[in-house]
Amino acid sequence: MKLIINGEQQEIEAGTLSALLTALDYEGDWLATAVNGDLVPRTEREQVTLADGDRIEILAPKQGG
Amino acid sequence: MLTLYDTTLTSRLLLGTARYPSPAIMEAAIRASGTQIVTVSLRRETAGGGRGGQFFEVIKGLGVHVLPNTAGCHTAKEAVLTARMARDLFATDWVKLEVIGHHDTLQPDVFALVEAARELCADGFQVFPYTTADLVVAEKLLEAGCRVLMPWASPIGSARGLVDPAALVSMRAHFPDVPLIIDAGLGRPSHAAEAMELGYDAVLLNTAVAGAADPVAMARAFAAALEAGHAGYHAGLLEPRDMAVPSTPVIGKAVFA
Repeated sequence: MKLIINGEQQEIEAGTLSALLTALDYEGDWLATAVNGDLVPRTEREQVTLADGDRIEILAPKQGG
Repeated sequence: MLTLYDTTLTSRLLLGTARYPSPAIMEAAIRASGTQIVTVSLRRETAGGGRGGQFFEVIKGLGVHVLPNTAGCHTAKEAVLTARMARDLFATDWVKLEVIGHHDTLQPDVFALVEAARELCADGFQVFPYTTADLVVAEKLLEAGCRVLMPWASPIGSARGLVDPAALVSMRAHFPDVPLIIDAGLGRPSHAAEAMELGYDAVLLNTAVAGAADPVAMARAFAAALEAGHAGYHAGLLEPRDMAVPSTPVIGKAVFA
């Protein structure tokens, strides 16, 4: 399926958000996720199923002022 | 002592974590400043990267409170989502709420700021709003549920200091019981001392320390300036006068002619 991950379109098969993170080799301890503009808490990533065209944001702590 | 949302602090300096020459210098500057609150952001993570985690391990090791920001957000919707993601990641209700309204000045969009503050406060967040010194906006932010206000001194990163002290004096006078933190625009320790001499409760800095030739020494200098300014304010400052007032008594002066 086609997913837009952090602004880039990718062709990847993943049933859930949790499976997507694993497939892309994200280490999940310090990540925040959103799908189509809504927060997906870390405890709910396994329950969230993905569909063609979904927009996914995967964020991490960074330096900030 | 300073109390922000029921958290009592001894330091009056909030320090940013960006733009340091190296992670080691950032860590040393944070320690030297004595700060108990550092700001962090959320940015896109590269697949398989893990750099954000490495950065945050350093911050966690410092034992300070983390204040996540919504830097770079230009709408209330973006800011609210970023705040929710930050709460999930950092496990804190605190958020430094920034909604930028102008590309050149990085001035807050105060209309969107109030809208976002209302939504986040209702959702249980403890909001630190980056705002202007506008009293009407400040009232709206307090009505929205904010219990701290963070007016700018001048544009972010500009190092221009307190460009409108009269507005900041008005704000202090109108909100005597609200913790007021100067956020943005300070460049020198004397700017921080000036803010404290106006009765402000704390300052939030980043570039002034991170961009100094010696960030660790500058962090220490700001901490000293804050302490001096705060102590001076509470000691009772003299009002300026137009004419000289002799400090040495005139009575008893010898007459030689």
